[in-house]
Formats: sequence, structure tokens, C-alpha cells
Amino acid sequence: MEQLVIEGTPKTPTIKFNPEEGKLLIQGRSIPENSIEFYKPLVDSLDSYSGAAKVDIVLEYFNTSSSKCILDVFKKLEKIKSDGNDVEIRWHYEEDDEDMLEAGEDYQAIINIPFKMIEIEE
Amino acid sequence: MDINIFDFYNRMEKDNIMLSFKGNVTSELLTSVLQIMESKMETLNEPSKVKKKVYNILVEALQNLYHHMDESSEELGVEHNTVIFMISKKDDTYCIYTGNYIKKQNAERLKARLDKINSLNADELKEHYKEVLNNGMMSEKGGGGLGMIDIARKSGKKLEYQFQEVDEQLSFYSLNISVAQ
Repeated sequence: MEQLVIEGTPKTPTIKFNPEEGKLLIQGRSIPENSIEFYKPLVDSLDSYSGAAKVDIVLEYFNTSSSKCILDVFKKLEKIKSDGNDVEIRWHYEEDDEDMLEAGEDYQAIINIPFKMIEIEE
Repeated sequence: MDINIFDFYNRMEKDNIMLSFKGNVTSELLTSVLQIMESKMETLNEPSKVKKKVYNILVEALQNLYHHMDESSEELGVEHNTVIFMISKKDDTYCIYTGNYIKKQNAERLKARLDKINSLNADELKEHYKEVLNNGMMSEKGGGGLGMIDIARKSGKKLEYQFQEVDEQLSFYSLNISVAQ
């Protein structure tokens, strides 16, 4: 499988998915008006992936349009995990950003994957 | 022409308007407005917590307008497919005002949704958000009704709204969101 690399813009995050290492990074801002289109390549890649996955979510902002797509990404990962693979999600949030921590906890409550909440010190 | 721009200026000055816009909302416009507001808040040395909250709520409020225009352009017609928004700061409170035309039959549905959101406390809002996130139908462009719940959650205030009757078909919907520090 090929690596997926999407460079970040002011409205969309950097996405790096390396299937060989089983590493996924989503970093930056995710506030596009049309997020389905943006997340489609990643959702498609995860669809055809099987193996362990270490996932880092390092988002500064995300809109509610992205929140559905991020849930889709997590659901794909949940499926990968239920096929017997180790999957871990590390949810990074800035020290004083309670809203971002809470957003991570919302996903944690919905998705059956171990979450690690990691505080980024300023 | 009877417009006195000085009156406009004074009115906006009195109401502490930082930014206002009336017209068509495009993706590029939203990008610019968000950048302007971000740098204004930077200049005002707002704590990062405040910047984030205001920015987040602004994204949802403006994208609501964007999607509304996108979805209703045909049924509203050209002359009613423009919107207005304003952002003010007085003392420590930021206010975001938005306004747009809406078909009367859609206004009733929207009002019911807003009233439902306003009837919930913080914990109930959190549950409602998760429920809609997990089970709600996603619209073609994403979202799907999460925006207003998110605004209510993050602002920590009830949604202040108004529907003004325009004619038999149309109402004008205005929303005031205040974000206190």
C-alpha cells in the first residue's frame, strides 16, 4: 500500500498515513466547508488497510462538519481493531483547551478503541 | 442617494462592531473573515482560551450561513439569498450576530430545533451532541445539525434567536450568540 500524504492548508489539516509503519497523523486545523470530500482519500485508504495502527490526532480546531468525518475515520479504525489488530489513538490537546479535551472524550465514549489524552504544554 | 455613511459609522462605533458584512457568503470570504478576526484577537492580546472559543463558534455560525445559502439559493431566489453578519466586542463579551431569509415552513422546523437545544442543560447538550454525532444523518457536505448544538455547548449560553415575518412565504431569521470570557 502506498503512503498517503496531504499537506495542510489554513482550512485543512496535514494527513500522513504510512501503512508500512501503521502510523497515522492528522495535524492542524480542520474547518473546510465540505469535509466529506477532504477526508475521502483517508477513509478509502483505511478501508483497504489491515494491521496495527498508532494514530496521532493533533488538532488545533475542527468544525462540526469535520467531526462526522473524524468519527468515520475512527469507525474504520474500530473495524481494523475488531479484526484483531492493535490500535491506539493518541488525542493531543493544548494545556488550557478544555473544549478540545472534551471533544476527545466524546469520541472516546463512542468508539471502542483505547484513547490516550495527551496534553501539549505551551 | 440618501445614505449617510457617517451615521452608519457612528451607529457601528456605538455598538462596538468590529466587523460587519452583508452579501453573498463564499468559501474565500469566510477564510478572509476568519483570518481578520484571528489577527484582531491577536492584537487585542486575548487569552488563547478566548481566541479559541470565539474562533470555533465563529466558524460554525458562518458556515451555517454558507450551507444555508448553498442549500436554499433556488427556493429563496437571488434577491433573498444574501446574508448579514456582525461581530462586536463590548467589555469582555464577544457577540456574533447573523441574519438570513428563510422559508416559513423551514422556519418552524428550525425553531423547534433551537427550542430543543435551549431546553437542555450542559450535560444533556453533551449527550445530545454525541447522539447526533453518532446516529444523526450526515448531510451531503457534512454537518447535519451539529453546528447549533456545538455553538450552544461552547458558548455556554442559550441561543437567542428571532424570526421576523417578511411576507406570506418568507421570514428573516436572526441569531445572537454571546461568548463571555
